[in-house]
Amino acid sequence: MASSERRAKSSAPAGGGEPRQRGRAAGWRAPRGSLDGLVASREIVIACGPGGVGKTTTAAAIAAMAACHHGGRVLVVTVDPAKRLADALGLSGIGNTETRIPDSVFEAAGFTPRGELWAAMLDMKESWDALVRRHAPDAETREQILANPLYKTISGRFVQSQDYMAMERLYEIHSEGKYDLIVVDTPPTRNALDFLDAPQRMADFFSSRLLRWLIVPYRSKLINFASKPFYQVADRILGTQFLADISEFFILFQSMYDGFVARAETVTRLLSDRRTTFVVISTLEATPVREAEFFATELVRRDLNLGAIVLNKVLPSYFRSTKNISVAKTMAERAKDLVERLDVDRPLAARVLSDVAESFLNFSVVARREAEQQDELSTSAEVLATVPFFDADIADMEGLLRLGEKLWT
Amino acid sequence: MSAGWASGLPKEPDPQPTVTPTEPSPTPRADQSALPGIFDLGLVFVTGKGGVGKTTIAGGLALAAAQQGKRVLVCEADSKGDLSSLFEVAPTTFDARQVTDGVWAMSMDTEASLREYLKLNLKIPIMGRIGPLAKAFDFVATAAPGVREILTVGKLCYEVRERNYDLVVVDAAASGHIVSQLAAPQAINELVKVGLIRTQTDWMLDILSNPWKTGLVAVTTPEEMPVSETLELAARVAAETTVRLAGVVVNRVLPELFGHSEEAVFEELRQPAAVGAMSEAAGGDVEPVLEGARLAVTMRRTRSAHLERLRSGLDPSTPVLLLPYLFSRTYGLRTTGQVAAALTEELGV
Repeated sequence: MASSERRAKSSAPAGGGEPRQRGRAAGWRAPRGSLDGLVASREIVIACGPGGVGKTTTAAAIAAMAACHHGGRVLVVTVDPAKRLADALGLSGIGNTETRIPDSVFEAAGFTPRGELWAAMLDMKESWDALVRRHAPDAETREQILANPLYKTISGRFVQSQDYMAMERLYEIHSEGKYDLIVVDTPPTRNALDFLDAPQRMADFFSSRLLRWLIVPYRSKLINFASKPFYQVADRILGTQFLADISEFFILFQSMYDGFVARAETVTRLLSDRRTTFVVISTLEATPVREAEFFATELVRRDLNLGAIVLNKVLPSYFRSTKNISVAKTMAERAKDLVERLDVDRPLAARVLSDVAESFLNFSVVARREAEQQDELSTSAEVLATVPFFDADIADMEGLLRLGEKLWT
Repeated sequence: MSAGWASGLPKEPDPQPTVTPTEPSPTPRADQSALPGIFDLGLVFVTGKGGVGKTTIAGGLALAAAQQGKRVLVCEADSKGDLSSLFEVAPTTFDARQVTDGVWAMSMDTEASLREYLKLNLKIPIMGRIGPLAKAFDFVATAAPGVREILTVGKLCYEVRERNYDLVVVDAAASGHIVSQLAAPQAINELVKVGLIRTQTDWMLDILSNPWKTGLVAVTTPEEMPVSETLELAARVAAETTVRLAGVVVNRVLPELFGHSEEAVFEELRQPAAVGAMSEAAGGDVEPVLEGARLAVTMRRTRSAHLERLRSGLDPSTPVLLLPYLFSRTYGLRTTGQVAAALTEELGV
């Protein structure tokens, strides 16, 4: 646990304009079931959830907070951070290389971290090449694969291979044992669950019976009786040359099969290890909530550790208070009376006041809908963290730590 | 409507009638001002970063076009089932069903597309064989990006070619994936030189590259990441595909609460003495209500800056449609109607 002095330095109010809150009561401790406590007891945090909810930024904030307060070496593996944030942290163009965020970035935010914060991006081409180098049985096959034109297309666009690569990289880095904590931001996918199945799917892919069917005609001149109808159909749809190109590619790739399968199994084991926890991130908009809910249920069903649910961009609770709502109604109805005794442009003030009240009531409708959705979601995880709407985008370390403070408490 | 999307292929050796003679000859990057509005296209792909309301806008566009008297097919590409809730109907299927006046809805299904394709083109007995074939196809499609799109985008192009509807609106893939999908027919066209797929990509490209027929609509919100992604998308669409960006819809634009003079009065009302007096008269603390308005004003200001960035980053001829934030309790046919009304107003039809 961080000393209260260090902690105090990082605490900042969410709203702009207000004076910075300095210090917090000495001996302050994280309450039970906080994200602080959860992260402190794990080696791997996997940030997941629907797209467009601030997943990448939240993952970076968790890592930055851990580096600040828990110390040690913390790595965040990220996919696609907002450009200004990436620039501010010096991440632009670092690729797969793990890069240390200099302490000066923290110091500019008024903070001295206890530990080190490292970051790496996920570069698909580099990751694929590394994978081929690792699993290719010999130098000749390796070079043939790397030079294959189909491989070049596929390594950039291979369907869902981002998922696999994120998990593959996680395993590789974790097994090197260089970091105390690794926070992984999962790639945006059509189905948030895809990456869980990615290692298995990759193994299935290379063990497919159909793959063997596809390859047989090129290995021997004898077309297997069972594969004949398939081959004829495929030939008519795709054309012979294209099929031959695909087959050559897979013949080369099949030589890496054993390596892939063994690796996929180990990665799957790592995901269900107690040292790993999942943090589901969402907003309270209808569609993300539905996806997050499904995701949380699925994690539990698979016996994976659903550590926390983080809700971003939550409207302040004052919008939900029945007392405030009734005052707003009065303001809307009796705006004229309310400004009666004030020394202002009264007709204008009355109009402003009624607009203000209407706006409040509008936001209240949304806030109450959100509150209901929050209740439904929060039952499944041991930790629930909510983050309010921020006035400005998070574009630097100070912003990240400001977000982090909200997450931690 | 679903009776054989690929059935026209063998019978029609010369697939040219996608461009009617009255239209000027299509050029991929023609001047937008001379081009038709979104409702006058035949095929509209709606894309956007996750969470910006892509499906809602696709549903709203379909409803709005139907209200203009058009027959509209709306198709959900990754069937998450959100489209059916917009129209309050049972989950959509591959077979299109009417969901409201003038609107038919379907969801894309690669295996169903393949089944139809095989049935009509290869006369393959479907029962018993489709299982392994579908798997085989899945396998080839995974290995060769683009093959899947030939079937899915192909089905949609077919509906356009056969003029089964006046407009086909696609709730398409998110902006991260859409470019490779739209570029797929071209990529395959380069890879595959013969065979049925080659024939198919030829006529698909005729439709997709025609700016009078096909357009892409990018949905965004006035926030940092969605705006950045939209600008990147616009550049990639221009560089890597033959499809025209027909418009950008900015969803959830917050209303302007007040102008300059109103804001000055608002600041006066926030002074402690005024707050005290009003609270007494209202019989409760007015401070939180004023604070709520301050938050709304700040949020709008941040968002305006992103809106400006969007406008200045886009080609000036690309229409930008602004949709107000809907302070709604729930989602359903009623909100879809509100979205449709707002879109109609923005499009000025």
